[in-house]
Amino acid sequence: MNSTPHQPASYMDEHFVAPAAEDELFEELQDSPPKRKFRLSPAGKIGVSIVAFWLLIALFGPFLAPYGENDLPFPDDYSEFQAPRPGAWLGTDFSDRDILSRLMFGASRTIGISIFATLLAYMVGVALGIGAAVSGPRVDMVLSRINDAFLSLPTIMLGLVVVAAVGSSIPILIVTAGLVYATVVYRLARAIGVEIMVMDFVEAARLRGENTFWLVWREIWPNAAMPLISDFGLRLIYVILFISSLSFLGLGVQPPRADWGSMVRENLGAFQSYGGSVIPVVAPAVAIATLTIAINLIVDDISAFSGGKLSGRI
Amino acid sequence: MTTDIVFETQDLHVSAPQQDGSVIPIVKGVDFQVPRGKVVALIGESGSGKTTISLSSLGYCKPGLAFSGGQARLLGEDLCSQTNEDLRSIRGNKVAYLAQSAAATFNPAMTINEQVIESVVSRGLMTRESADARALELYQALDLPNPDSIGARYPHQVSGGQLQRLMAAMALCGKPALLVLDEPTTALDVTTQIEVLMAFKKVIREEGTAAIYVSHDLAVVAQIADYVVVLRDGEVKERGPTAAIINHPRHPYTKRLMAAASPWSAETLSRIDTEDVTHRTTVAEAVNVSAGYGITWNGAPRFKALESIDMTIRKGSTVGVIGESGSGKSTLARVVAGLLPPFDGDLLLDGRQLEPSYRRRTRHELQRIQFVYQMADTALNPRQTVGDIIGRPLEFYLGLKGKEKRARVDELLTLVDLSPEFASRHPDALSGGQKQRVNLARSLAAEPEVLLCDEVTSALDTIVAGNVIELLQRLQKDIGVSIVFISHDLSTVASFADEIVVMNQGKIVERGPTKQILSDPQHSYTQLLISSVPEMRQGWLEDTLASRGSQ
Repeated sequence: MNSTPHQPASYMDEHFVAPAAEDELFEELQDSPPKRKFRLSPAGKIGVSIVAFWLLIALFGPFLAPYGENDLPFPDDYSEFQAPRPGAWLGTDFSDRDILSRLMFGASRTIGISIFATLLAYMVGVALGIGAAVSGPRVDMVLSRINDAFLSLPTIMLGLVVVAAVGSSIPILIVTAGLVYATVVYRLARAIGVEIMVMDFVEAARLRGENTFWLVWREIWPNAAMPLISDFGLRLIYVILFISSLSFLGLGVQPPRADWGSMVRENLGAFQSYGGSVIPVVAPAVAIATLTIAINLIVDDISAFSGGKLSGRI
Repeated sequence: MTTDIVFETQDLHVSAPQQDGSVIPIVKGVDFQVPRGKVVALIGESGSGKTTISLSSLGYCKPGLAFSGGQARLLGEDLCSQTNEDLRSIRGNKVAYLAQSAAATFNPAMTINEQVIESVVSRGLMTRESADARALELYQALDLPNPDSIGARYPHQVSGGQLQRLMAAMALCGKPALLVLDEPTTALDVTTQIEVLMAFKKVIREEGTAAIYVSHDLAVVAQIADYVVVLRDGEVKERGPTAAIINHPRHPYTKRLMAAASPWSAETLSRIDTEDVTHRTTVAEAVNVSAGYGITWNGAPRFKALESIDMTIRKGSTVGVIGESGSGKSTLARVVAGLLPPFDGDLLLDGRQLEPSYRRRTRHELQRIQFVYQMADTALNPRQTVGDIIGRPLEFYLGLKGKEKRARVDELLTLVDLSPEFASRHPDALSGGQKQRVNLARSLAAEPEVLLCDEVTSALDTIVAGNVIELLQRLQKDIGVSIVFISHDLSTVASFADEIVVMNQGKIVERGPTKQILSDPQHSYTQLLISSVPEMRQGWLEDTLASRGSQ
């Protein structure tokens, strides 16, 4: 031992014993963390209210709109790009139609198409992705390489080619956007599936003799659902932007029907017209921006919650 | 204040502030001192706050925690109130930290020497030349082989035990006044641990550094520490010189901890009185089994993990499989379970040939051999309730439904000492020990004849592990199940196995009744293994190494 010239004046040389409580129980210590509750941040609350607002408009807008989407509010006073005035609170567009009404009709079209397309993308992508994770390496290899080929094409180009080839209608738009984004969802679902497949509880189920249906439905899906749902919102944003871009390029929703993307394009002339209002371009653009940002705010909260939980488990 | 105290805490409080403004206390007023040149051990189970307290000597709190009272004084300066800038000049200079896993700490892309001297050189505390000289001095003090050239190697080119010692060199390079060692030998095999312990002890003495040694293992602490602080739930339960704590524990918790650690000594050995089980009927058998991983080449895989293994599992008895990491003991369990089909040899169940792969076994065969996983955290589906988890094998193998199933789940939960109300809980609302019990209950639900337990107690705290072992013993008595108990921990295996199989590098080196193996080991590897398990007495380390040296 290290010999110091004098013994250090430390109370460590005394044998200290804490008083043991009379009823001191030596149970196993609880190490389970307290349950975390999902709470929205202030930003998340703003997000939820904006999204709820737009969803209500999408559902009821066509019934609440002051005019039909192609009606002229002021047939006697025709003039393009009129500034806001009583009877047309956001002004009129290049054919003197009411911007507010078209925005409300457009909401149901843009949001409706996007939601259906995202649902389709999820059905196809998740089914194939989880399927690839569960099936053997050969099936996985074939599916993944085909998917990679599609993934390597720029989404907007792929959409343009399909729409140019088979024409533009709302069902075709939904299917196109759905399949284009199914490739991304496939990647995600496969990655999550593979991660869960190597967990001991899946191996335990296999060792028990369970069939593939049980594995997917009872062991993998409940664990994959949460991360997939938090990605749904994010994917929805991309689809909204994709549909709007196609419409902006004139290959999406066709005139005279209104949707946010085509409204931006058809009113671009407002910038050139002397003294015309720019609200016809700005309003749909703001609509797209508020909706996507609001969804993003909600997704942030969800992923912070599930991410925190994930790191807690590790 | 005396300068002989390198580090001391005074009524130290650390807590975790919650989002809703409430505060969860983690460390609740801890006092201890580290005198110059002395080693103080912090002992406790997980959740005792031992790591949190040791980190206070670096003025550091883990994310989500904060100092909430008291002082942590290093050389007289309180660290709790220092700025990050000030702390940076203290860390690595006056105090250094040595983490549990060296493999995760070293950068694989840099040579060892560069990393050992990196911090002292980059802070300008030493010139490159003097740092190199200092590193060489430390390599020699730590008994590293080829001290002149080992620094030029990369981390993957040295063994785990050497890497752990090199990390000590890294920590000591700047001549810190205080060294913090956090479970530095826990991840090592026992035969490696003994060398590393000796090297640590020697270098600490030669350098005259004070040290905080964090561990859950009292027997290891007895070898290296001058003082012991027993912690539980963020409070000091007992504190004093090592000899006093080891020989005369006074607090009931310390006594309990000592009892659960099933200390290894000649006295324990004499108490083992295993029944002769060789006359019992054979349930399952592995005959000349070889298995491996990788691409198959000439009928054999590239990496052989098991070679010509014979093992007999007898009715109602326990086979303990013991070996160090890489010995193939876990592979053996996976082969018997059918998870890794062997490329040679036969598996027999009741004398009948068993399919090598579990995929081709019948449901009845699968039911009879159940595998219990090591990590209950990953072995239980977090999205199923405990009732679903235990109920599924009942439904799947025994066809129980509804009320019958529910009643049996309750029975099984009671069997593993859990209250039936646990059935509605999810695994994340269970503690580590409770999860392991549920894990066990699921395997028992199948009413198996053979239970393959792969390191089932390794991830558990000493007391909890002791409880699980007790439970296994009781179950065997009550149900008559045969158990294959795989472990790296000789004292655990010795406490309840009827027969022991010792594995090394994919081969069985020795087998026999527990008492015979332990009292009269024939193979040199078994002898080495047995003599490397630390005993709960001071001076064991020196005695063992001295007796080895004389041989």
